[in-house]
Amino acid sequence: MIDDLERDTTADVPPGLRVGRLSLVWRPWGVLVSVLLLAATFLLFCLSIGLGDFQIGLPQVISTIFGQGDRLDTFVIMDLRMPRALVGLITGFALGIAGALTQSIARNPLASPDVLGITWGASAVAVFLVTVTGGAASTITNTIGLPAAALIGGLGTGLLVYFLAWRRGIDGFRLILIGVSVSAVMEAITTWLLVTADIRDVARAQVWLVGSLEERSWHEVWIALWCTVALVTVVLAVAFHLKPMHFGDDVASGLGIRLALVRAILLLCAVLLAGVAVSAAGPIPFVALIAPQVAMRLLRSPTPPLLAAGVLGALLLLGADLVARTVLPISLPVGIVTAMIGGPFLVYLLVRANLRRDA
Amino acid sequence: MTVQNGEITRLGTRGVTVGYGDTVVLDGLDVSIPPGVITTVIGPNGCGKSTLLRTLSRLLKPRRGTVVLDGGDIAKLKTKDVAKKLGLLPQAPVAPEGLTVADLVARGRHPHQSWIRQWSSDDAEVVQKALAMTGVGDLATRSVDSLSGGQRQRVWISMTLAQGTDLLLLDEPTTYLDLAHAIDVIDLIDDLHETGRTVVMVLHDLNLAVRYSDNLIVMKAGSIVAQGHPRDVVTDELLHEAFGLRARVIEDPVSDRPLIVPIGRTHVTFRTDLKG
Repeated sequence: MIDDLERDTTADVPPGLRVGRLSLVWRPWGVLVSVLLLAATFLLFCLSIGLGDFQIGLPQVISTIFGQGDRLDTFVIMDLRMPRALVGLITGFALGIAGALTQSIARNPLASPDVLGITWGASAVAVFLVTVTGGAASTITNTIGLPAAALIGGLGTGLLVYFLAWRRGIDGFRLILIGVSVSAVMEAITTWLLVTADIRDVARAQVWLVGSLEERSWHEVWIALWCTVALVTVVLAVAFHLKPMHFGDDVASGLGIRLALVRAILLLCAVLLAGVAVSAAGPIPFVALIAPQVAMRLLRSPTPPLLAAGVLGALLLLGADLVARTVLPISLPVGIVTAMIGGPFLVYLLVRANLRRDA
Repeated sequence: MTVQNGEITRLGTRGVTVGYGDTVVLDGLDVSIPPGVITTVIGPNGCGKSTLLRTLSRLLKPRRGTVVLDGGDIAKLKTKDVAKKLGLLPQAPVAPEGLTVADLVARGRHPHQSWIRQWSSDDAEVVQKALAMTGVGDLATRSVDSLSGGQRQRVWISMTLAQGTDLLLLDEPTTYLDLAHAIDVIDLIDDLHETGRTVVMVLHDLNLAVRYSDNLIVMKAGSIVAQGHPRDVVTDELLHEAFGLRARVIEDPVSDRPLIVPIGRTHVTFRTDLKG
């Protein structure tokens, strides 16, 4: 024991980083991977803007973004392609953070907004709006009504799942089972709305429903951007208290976390971020599920890293959109590509969870 | 510190009633925890001993009555300030897969940190001390799930130590451990109390409770049957009353505490209907 004491005083504790009054744990690997991810995302963003019927090389794209391009390039990039790429970027970022939050709070890798029913709840209410108002008020519905409906739908479904799953606290597994059921109900409602609606509205709703980045305008960019910036600011202010919550409710309370408050704020932000994403690009599946899990593995972090999950979400969504537009023989909505990647990944997570339980 | 019924206490309950739904688990309970010693709560399954510990650590809100910490109502204190005075180790806590020992113990600093001050040199120093005190310093970079049960429990105790409180509440710290590791962990807890900390714990093993505590709280069906030093409290009659257990309390050949020898139905060669 004495021997231990002498050896132990030099134990490897996490190194610190001081910037002015700010002190943080210094994790070089995490910072390195995050910087690389950011660089990759920027590259993919520029590539995505350059590729299309009218090809623009990467150097021109970058110089145009910084205001040095000729008039034609500037028109194609800034007016036609930039909004689409930006919506993809912001939506992916929002989905990645939303997923990291729900997975952390439920302490379960399967708990993402799409599994918990938030995505389909947002869709159901949005489709309801499209089918009820019809083509008549289409501009108003598209610009204000649809995002609002998606947000309300996401929030309402999130609350419903939360209260149905509440039994003297939130149990991660119970939350997921109820989320999956509510998700199925919302999907059924959406299908029913589509079957009974006017055929023209159905076509409009259908394009939106598979999750698409097509024909996005600057207007949608600004709405999505400001909502995401506001929500992520709240998340980052509160997320410091998320760390002890990975140890379960009792340990977190013991460490002085106001559990009910912190959990409510972060879940609300997660639901709203997912709602913003759905309203901007439709219910794009699996990004919120995959991004935090891949970010964890890349950063070698035991818990979903928030910002890296956001960056990876953006990278994933931009990549999927690029594949959907260019690699495949016909141009497909991005949601179909993310579903093709996400399905196998979900199976992988399930198999892994089973292996761990058996071990 | 407060003086309650002429005794000095740091932590205690006054007329506390706790329940879930329609069932009342604790009914108007008064408990006071003496400072600087190990207090162990024992009692049969479902008697409310864990509920008492959870109430003392403000995880459960009493319906009536108050929990008093250093003279103040614990419900009125900021939860962060409570966490600076009172460390809690719940039963069978879980860590995320792949988390390192050092990172887990570092989490214990949370009540002393803020958004701007997330990891200072003070924190590093305290965490190193906590790792050293529990003898897990050379495991610092290992992942928690790769450790044995006994090592893992040491690491969790180390986290509560990093919290820097002199009041420790431990809910069954020896659960799932074999006897050798249980003794190892409980010796560690004894070392901590030697350094002046007040320890309150719930234990299942009666002989460990008797051996290691200075103050026993014996519970049955939500109320306290007896309280005091094991030598004064533990008798054949008490064990029968609280646990419905037929046992002989004898002198412990290796310590100055009593030893409980359960009798049971079979394999008994000694005539148990006669005293002595």
